[in-house]
Amino acid sequence: MSLFSLFITSFIVNNIIFSQFLGICPFLGVSKKIDTAAGMGLAVIFVIVLSSVITYLVQITILVPLGLEYLQTIAFILIIAALVQFVEMFLKKSSPGLYQALGIYLPLITTNCAVLGVVLINIQKEYTFIESLVNSVATPAGFLLAIVLFAGVREKVDSADVPESLKGSPIALVAAGLMSIAFLGFSGLSI
Amino acid sequence: MVIVSAVGVLGGIGVICGALLAVAAKMFHVPVDQKVMDVRNALPGANCGGCGYPGCDNLANAIATGAAPVNACPVCNSDAYEKIAGIMGVTASIGEKKVAHVMCRGCDSNATKKYDYSGYHDCKAAAAVAGGNKSCDKGCLGFGTCFEVCAFDAISIVDGLAVIDKEKCTSCGKCIDVCPKAVISLVPYKQDVIVECENKDFGKAVKEVCKVGCIGCKMCEKNCPFDAIHVENNIAKIDYEKCTQCMICVEKCPTTIISGDLLKRKKAFIEEDKCIGCTICAKKCPVGAIEGELKSKHKVIEDKCIGCGECASKCPKKAIEMK
Repeated sequence: MSLFSLFITSFIVNNIIFSQFLGICPFLGVSKKIDTAAGMGLAVIFVIVLSSVITYLVQITILVPLGLEYLQTIAFILIIAALVQFVEMFLKKSSPGLYQALGIYLPLITTNCAVLGVVLINIQKEYTFIESLVNSVATPAGFLLAIVLFAGVREKVDSADVPESLKGSPIALVAAGLMSIAFLGFSGLSI
Repeated sequence: MVIVSAVGVLGGIGVICGALLAVAAKMFHVPVDQKVMDVRNALPGANCGGCGYPGCDNLANAIATGAAPVNACPVCNSDAYEKIAGIMGVTASIGEKKVAHVMCRGCDSNATKKYDYSGYHDCKAAAAVAGGNKSCDKGCLGFGTCFEVCAFDAISIVDGLAVIDKEKCTSCGKCIDVCPKAVISLVPYKQDVIVECENKDFGKAVKEVCKVGCIGCKMCEKNCPFDAIHVENNIAKIDYEKCTQCMICVEKCPTTIISGDLLKRKKAFIEEDKCIGCTICAKKCPVGAIEGELKSKHKVIEDKCIGCGECASKCPKKAIEMK
């Protein structure tokens, strides 16, 4: 599989939201406005790339030599949580502008299953370092695409005449389901 | 042996992460300005956005750094301003408090309707259909779009007309932004005498659509002793700077569109001990309600007094009180 086809597969065909159903919580929670949705998406890219690099190194240098692969999940959760905390502190000090932009989203991502999902997939599919790097850029990019598209839909829905009982979350879930079906159209794509 | 290494590795990772975070917390410590915290606590915390910043936190930041004045929050009362000013170490220059007021009294029993509106219960939606169902072009539609947006529970809909409780209003301006007919304006909190109509049509046209609308007859303008009310474009406008709330216009208005409770009208009261009989008050009274010869104690004729306060402000001995 070439890197390009890996990118497209992770980005669109196996879209993390619409076909793997990971990271649904922020997808529904932070998608009321396009601005904030884009902010969240960028923060997710940032955290996933960073954490997949670190967890990959931990896997190769610590877990595999000691035969402790079954500890992946716990170890990775630990590392991701600490990493996000660290990044938050670092940004607050070194780049207040970026901290302001990402600020409220960073803690939200700590416990996001999308992050854990991507780093575990990297290991399970036995990607090389470069491949896992590509995968961990493409997957959250798919998250960004999905959440921004969905925020656009929700902004339109806001001003539409929605039946009383469907207002708010119900119509958002219906819209999300329809978008997921639309993305199903990519599933036959092979590059 | 396996368990030991597993515990060791996980524990090790945990300890390393913990140590790293502890070091990082010290290294990357950013001192949060105590001022920001204090100002934030003094602000209402409703995150209404009335100040133009995204929320109270951002405004607190802006006030603490001096980017915004201490009275930038339109929602705070004067106590809060003083508190913030105290934190910042400056004296607050507090502007006159203003409140939102609905400039229309076309409730369902006063105003006629163009058509029966049975669509979505929302002023904006109704206004999209030929400008709304009230015959008057400047009328409050009363579907409660302002009521929905008010975070302070100050607006109620009474008989198809929005009414704002001025005690609860914080002048955040949200209702003004959202009203499709633009019938809500800010007026000074103290002002009770308000022309509650904005229809600029001629008298006959106004009469056809509303029982109480301003017909531009100029009765108020002719009778105002302070030159504070003028009819421009067939609508009476009060200059709130000049208005003393004597309520002569309220009495004279043939359609009763000028608000004001005549029962609450104040009366001048002369303290005889202080009065030196200078006759300044008698000369200044616009309605001749004060009598008394030079060098003798003056008297107020209560029936004539309109409570404008002109005499009280001019008395050199401060002998007149408004009660």
